[in-house]
Amino acid sequence: MNILLMLYWEFFKTGLFSIGGGMATIPFLKRMGESTGWFTNADLMNMLAVSESTPGPIGINMATYVGFTVKGIPGVLAATIGEVTPSVIIILLIAAALSKFRNNRYVNNALYGIRPASTGLIGAAGLSIIVTILFMADGSFKVNCQGLILAVVIFIFSNYVKKTKKLHPIIFIAFSAVIGIIFRWQ
Amino acid sequence: MSDEEKRIPGSSDAGLSDLFITFAKIGVMTFGGGAAMLPMLQREVIDNKNWVAEEELIDYYAIGQCTPGIIAVNTATFVGYRKRGIAGGIIATLGVIFPSLVIITLLAGLIQNFADLPVVKSAFAGIRVCVCVLILNAVLKLLKKSVIDKVTVIIFILVLAGSCFLDLSPIIFVVVSAAAGLILKALSEKKGGEQ
Repeated sequence: MNILLMLYWEFFKTGLFSIGGGMATIPFLKRMGESTGWFTNADLMNMLAVSESTPGPIGINMATYVGFTVKGIPGVLAATIGEVTPSVIIILLIAAALSKFRNNRYVNNALYGIRPASTGLIGAAGLSIIVTILFMADGSFKVNCQGLILAVVIFIFSNYVKKTKKLHPIIFIAFSAVIGIIFRWQ
Repeated sequence: MSDEEKRIPGSSDAGLSDLFITFAKIGVMTFGGGAAMLPMLQREVIDNKNWVAEEELIDYYAIGQCTPGIIAVNTATFVGYRKRGIAGGIIATLGVIFPSLVIITLLAGLIQNFADLPVVKSAFAGIRVCVCVLILNAVLKLLKKSVIDKVTVIIFILVLAGSCFLDLSPIIFVVVSAAAGLILKALSEKKGGEQ
């Protein structure tokens, strides 16, 4: 299949099934990378960092980044338009019958099941990413000790320290980049 | 008559180019997406433009969160549709994604050119560690909102484990969980009705 069509289709599926914002696209993107070979999990991490640190919705930033990596500017258009097509169609349909949708029992019941599933999917993608980054090197088990220390430090400062937990993620990302450079991580 | 008096909430007209520019502005100012977008929307769409009423915007935003796709895009589509029909919905959506397209394309091009420099590699090795924590934080936050009773705990654990150990598309988990939500809720309502 034409690669632009493939990009469009892959992101169409991502847009249709990821519910709950930009982070919800991660399990789909991870799967996409594994099944198409367009990018590795490490690439995906870099993309996520850039997407978090730049203006714009994270999901669109990620789609743009993947599209550009795969096929330049035509790829950007195919990926982002693919990602927004399902939601535009769905919202236009809902907008016509707004109040009915919000109070519909079946919609609410389906969402009751989807929400924890979406969290589970992001959790699983996150776990496998954490294992890759912190507990693997060259395909075998090896604890990344320095990385683990940094991760624990950031976790504490972003959750439990009153003065720093409200800081924008870009601050933590920049701090980690500096640590990586100082200790010459590979 | 003063401006205050003739201002009925959500009554002002919107041109298509105005929709595009306003949502492009919101796209530029939204850092991190999701919840970060609501204050920007309120300022631009309600205070500055008076395109929709406060309650409407909250409704759109809530629906945007529980329908497929990106919340920012869903809300833009809603407001655009409300003002200018289908064309408005599409133009507002294009507006909100436009800044991302430009900024990320430029950055991705830059990063590709410098990716082999040792200092860039080291920086990204550090950044990836940080991203691990950011994902973990996002999951912890979502857990509080989505895992609220026994049934949702079970769905969460099953999907987490299934997704770790089975080679299945995430789509399958979403569809099956939606069905589970429908069936289990219907059963518990029936039970409640009999008692």
